[in-house]
Amino acid sequence: MIRLENLTKTFDTPNGTVVAADKVNMEVPSGEICILLGPSGCGKTTALKMINRLIPPSSGKIFINGEDTSGLNDIELRRKIGYVIQQIGLFPNMTIEENICVVPRLLGWDLKRARARAAELLALVGLEPRLFLKRYPKELSGGQQQRVGVIRALAADPPVMLMDEPFGAIDPINREIIQDEFLKMQATLKKTIMFVSHDIDEAVKMGDKIAIFRAGKIEQYDAPDRILAHPVNAFVADFVGADRTLKRLRLITAEEVADPDAPVIARHGRAADAAAMLRNSDHRFLVVIDADHRPVGYVTAEEAEGSSGLVGDLAHPLPATVPVRADLRAVVSEMFAHDTLWLTLVDDGGRFAGVVTQPAVTRCLGETYARANAA
Amino acid sequence: MRKSFNLMGAVLPLGLFALGAWAGTSGLIGQIGTYWEDIVYLTQQHMVLVGASGGAAILVGIPVGIWLSRPSMERHAETVMQVFNIGTTIPTLAVIALSMTILGIGFAPAFFGLFVASLLPIVRNTYAGLLAVPAHLKEAALGMGMTRGQILWRVELPNALYVMFSGVRTALAINVGTTPLAFLIGGGGLGELIFTGIDLMDTSMLLAGAIPTAMLAVLVDFLTGQGQLRLIPRGVNPLRV
Ligand SMILES: Nc1ncnc2c1ncn2[C@@H]1O[C@H](COP(=O)(O)OP(=O)(O)OP(=O)(O)O)[C@@H](O)[C@H]1O
Ligand SMILES: [Mg+2]
Repeated sequence: MIRLENLTKTFDTPNGTVVAADKVNMEVPSGEICILLGPSGCGKTTALKMINRLIPPSSGKIFINGEDTSGLNDIELRRKIGYVIQQIGLFPNMTIEENICVVPRLLGWDLKRARARAAELLALVGLEPRLFLKRYPKELSGGQQQRVGVIRALAADPPVMLMDEPFGAIDPINREIIQDEFLKMQATLKKTIMFVSHDIDEAVKMGDKIAIFRAGKIEQYDAPDRILAHPVNAFVADFVGADRTLKRLRLITAEEVADPDAPVIARHGRAADAAAMLRNSDHRFLVVIDADHRPVGYVTAEEAEGSSGLVGDLAHPLPATVPVRADLRAVVSEMFAHDTLWLTLVDDGGRFAGVVTQPAVTRCLGETYARANAA
Repeated sequence: MRKSFNLMGAVLPLGLFALGAWAGTSGLIGQIGTYWEDIVYLTQQHMVLVGASGGAAILVGIPVGIWLSRPSMERHAETVMQVFNIGTTIPTLAVIALSMTILGIGFAPAFFGLFVASLLPIVRNTYAGLLAVPAHLKEAALGMGMTRGQILWRVELPNALYVMFSGVRTALAINVGTTPLAFLIGGGGLGELIFTGIDLMDTSMLLAGAIPTAMLAVLVDFLTGQGQLRLIPRGVNPLRV
């Protein structure tokens, strides 16, 4: 847990005093990622660097796991906190192994243990230790360097990590990949993370909470969906963008809005049975599945009604299927692409897992607005 | 830089060969050979001067460069460097002459003059090399919990090493090139054969001094070049890919 209490920083410059952080109060619960978000110069980096005292606070307190950090000396404090910077900052004079071992060695680990840890972490981010341990940073691609930058900060297993635009120096496609990898790691590591970003999409994707800064003050500190659905003021609304409702689509998986009870029928079932099933439900179509429970097509109520024969002969091919873990943005995108109001979901094995309809998506997004209006 | 070495490696033997051929045909080799004992003795003296003054310049220049690059010196370092730079414009002969007016004649003024002449490139390159270490590396090191000393030894110096080494190389080249002048103030060395040879219009004597001096210069440059290539870790060595 990281807690900031009235954290304030003022810089004295020749043109007067700059208040870079103004009585910042916030708490990041253990195991969560908190994104500091805001326009350039709003004080995100300042707030972050006060935590490891690269910038000494002017006033206010910082607690890590309940302990007031002002009791620790700078060096002790920093070795307990993982730190990732935008420029990655791998030491060019050290091999990848030596880079990863820096903090463990500072903490007095013996060489063997530190090296084993370096190999373990490299493997964790998909870099073959045998190939990479003895390389120098300049012998790695940008994306590989970025991964090493992150695992270097994780080396001594610090409970708390500070990341200042950690994926900023990389192209958008690789950034998405590294973000996904990092989230997967975080799911097991459960670090408490402060993460600076100026990209709302990154914030929505990575954050358990988002703190929106303006001129050194927190304007709103909330879960991503609440920031997008209920910005507290015009500044926040403006910052997150006019398409903020569409951005919410990324926060919800297809599974969450799927109708798992949508009726299915086997390929060799009779059309008459299909018609009977649909007559007793509010569904207008049936998904046809094969012997392995994989969706292969669909029939509509109109076509099944009064038809004799097997559904297999009546069925239309499905325009597309989407995996259960796809987010709603991908689902809606597929719906638009195929001009359809519903799509079939499949699980990892390609088996039928339900149906997503456009009204269900709309309803899911609308719920929070309806609740807010009612209140 | 590796190219320039190869170039030297190719041109020099050719030059020496031509010189040798000419000397051989004109019977010079035999005449130069008569100075053999002098050559050995003076070469030793010469190398002691180079080694002592160059070594002292390294031992003093690097710490001074480090000291100037510290943040606490930020406000004065540029002024000091300006003074040093003005110092560089003074011809080394003048430095040696000035050194004689203070220290008299003999080894001491020669040593001191050569020391001063080689100090400047070392200080300048150490200072510049350390300042050129990217700020984000120092920030990463600080943020990871290194002390100031650890940052200097593990991050700043290794990353400045290449530039520092270039300074040492330049300094030693200047040093070796200037050492023959030491004779003028009684410091000894191969300059004795060169200058006496000039005075007496004795070509063989002149060459007996000049050829070992040239060979020594090439040797020193070769050794420092090899040092730069091999001693500096691969990660920060532009000569090694
Ligand atoms: N050392 C300093 N001296 C004076 N002012 C400073 C100093 N460091 C930061 N500031 C000012 O404090 C404010 C906040 O800076 P900070 O670096 O925290 O912004 P940021 O939100 O990280 O911006 P960016 O997204 O551009 O990185 C800015 O107005 C900046 O000019
Ligand atoms: Mg910043």
